[in-house]
Amino acid sequence: MSTIVESLERRQLRDVPAFKAGDTVRVHFKVIEGNRQRIQVFEGICIKRQGSGVRETFTVRKNSFGVGVERTFPLHSPKIEKLEVVMIGDVNRAKLYYLRGRVGKRSRVRELRQS
Amino acid sequence: MTQVFDEETGNVEAVTVIEAGPCPVVTVRTDAADGYHAVQLAFEPVLDRKLTKGELGHLRKAGVGGHRHLVEFRGSSELQVGETVTVEAFAPGDRVKVSGTSIGKGFQGTIKRHNFSRGPMSHGSHNIRKPGSIGASATPSRVFKGTRMAGRMGAQRVTQTGLVVHEVDAERNLLLVRGSVPGPKSGIVEIRGAA
Repeated sequence: MSTIVESLERRQLRDVPAFKAGDTVRVHFKVIEGNRQRIQVFEGICIKRQGSGVRETFTVRKNSFGVGVERTFPLHSPKIEKLEVVMIGDVNRAKLYYLRGRVGKRSRVRELRQS
Repeated sequence: MTQVFDEETGNVEAVTVIEAGPCPVVTVRTDAADGYHAVQLAFEPVLDRKLTKGELGHLRKAGVGGHRHLVEFRGSSELQVGETVTVEAFAPGDRVKVSGTSIGKGFQGTIKRHNFSRGPMSHGSHNIRKPGSIGASATPSRVFKGTRMAGRMGAQRVTQTGLVVHEVDAERNLLLVRGSVPGPKSGIVEIRGAA
């Protein structure tokens, strides 16, 4: 990529905590409804990180009343008020698409044992 | 292309970064002298030894150093020889049209080139990517000119209209335009205001 585009992208990068697929994250996302603005919290397992630089996005999957819900956020979006890593997961894949076919107890991700 | 976050709303805006100018005015064509109004602009400074003597002499006459590209923009203006056109000619929110040479695709079939449909893939079909009928038989006993067939695709002059300037960086001569523009990366394009 050209250095000009790179420098334009670098200027927009924000400080984000380190996390990877398998980690449980809590995303505080700004929602604008007309004139009102409020914070919506979306907590779930990060199933993928995709792209690089300012164009990087991550997808969070959670189970909402028995229905799987996935949301993709731009990692460096100014709409993300706060990004918390709740739990570090122990997984062997970069993309956890296999979670989509699972329900209940089988859809869990093991927590990484810190030694 | 890259993306930019809108400062107010935080929404993502897909933009193309264009290095626009500085472009010195080399010649001003007038109705009296040339039969039409236009300005000729130069772009991309280059070593003198990379140019022919003819090109150099033409640029010297205007007091301009070596430049690789020369383009004429039609229409009367108040620009004089020796002045320079920069990105400051544009402001955020302006509508522009961008012309350039599109990416060459080589020799392509009718499906990619003219959006034809393909035939059935199975049941013994031999008509998978064929163009179909190209005309009738004894009358007219020829194929009409302009019939859409396979051939060279792309590498044509294309103008994308209705683009909006997102940001102007006068320091680095950059123009950020919402949407895509014709041509490959590092291709040469012409930017005109769309009145």
